[in-house]
Amino acid sequence: MKKYLIIFLLFLSLSAFAQDGAYSITDKDYGNTSVEMADSMRSNGKIYVVVAVVMTVFIGLIGYTIVVDRKISKIEREVFTEKVNS
Amino acid sequence: MKKRWWKILCVVLLVYVILGALLFEVPRLAILNETIRNLHFHVTMWFGMIILLTVSVVYAIKYLRSNKIEHDHYSVEFANAGVLFGILGITTGAIWANFTWGEPWSGDPKQNSSAIALLIYLAYLVLRNSLEDQQQKARVSAIYNVFAFAALIPLLFILPRMTDSSLHPGNGGNPGFNAYDLDSRLRMIFYPAIIGWALLGTWLVSLRVRIRKIKTALED
Repeated sequence: MKKYLIIFLLFLSLSAFAQDGAYSITDKDYGNTSVEMADSMRSNGKIYVVVAVVMTVFIGLIGYTIVVDRKISKIEREVFTEKVNS
Repeated sequence: MKKRWWKILCVVLLVYVILGALLFEVPRLAILNETIRNLHFHVTMWFGMIILLTVSVVYAIKYLRSNKIEHDHYSVEFANAGVLFGILGITTGAIWANFTWGEPWSGDPKQNSSAIALLIYLAYLVLRNSLEDQQQKARVSAIYNVFAFAALIPLLFILPRMTDSSLHPGNGGNPGFNAYDLDSRLRMIFYPAIIGWALLGTWLVSLRVRIRKIKTALED
């Protein structure tokens, strides 16, 4: 219990560091149209193509990880039940 | 797949992070422009690395106290995943720097010290492989792990802040933690991203630890 309390307090102390940054972002920065952003990409709707591609790659990699996970589970079952029987 | 709720949590968080990081509104800042979205990918790699390497050193100490070889398995695999995140962090940092600071490697104090930290951990992996006896390998690398971690923290968090000039926000004589994650709308993606990537790292660790367990079971 004491251990978790100390960890919690350590995390709390992180926010003490966070207070005096050199530059702090305000709401004005969100509306600052003088800075160039990918607005045209957004207005054409093309950004969603990129999002779809990135998501596909990510889901593919995660799917592969799940398949590997299942395979290891299967081998585990084989190896460890064999040991019990022998 | 026993206890898989955290894997589902990992995937849900990372799907949210990728969608949010690419689509949510971000502050419009000069020079950074849209690259501020890298905050959720580049910076979180380092946070993930710190979490994984912290767990690694905890398992190293646990090994030294108990001499249980499983603890050594966890320790080395968490270090492996941490180094992977570190390499991804330094590579993505170089790509980001190329477009915002003008060159991929500008000898920034934080770049240099994170490169040194990574080399220390690569030496850990080389050291392990150079020893034959399993218990000796585990003990020597656990002790090295403690020293590597003790070097990592000042290299990443203290030394860059003691210099006068650093391009990294929150460094170079400036005690600020990170100017950009102070913003609450960025934080809504940034913190879940840290948890998500750390969980993904842990997932990969768990797979490799299980392979090691099968191997040791087959060897006996």
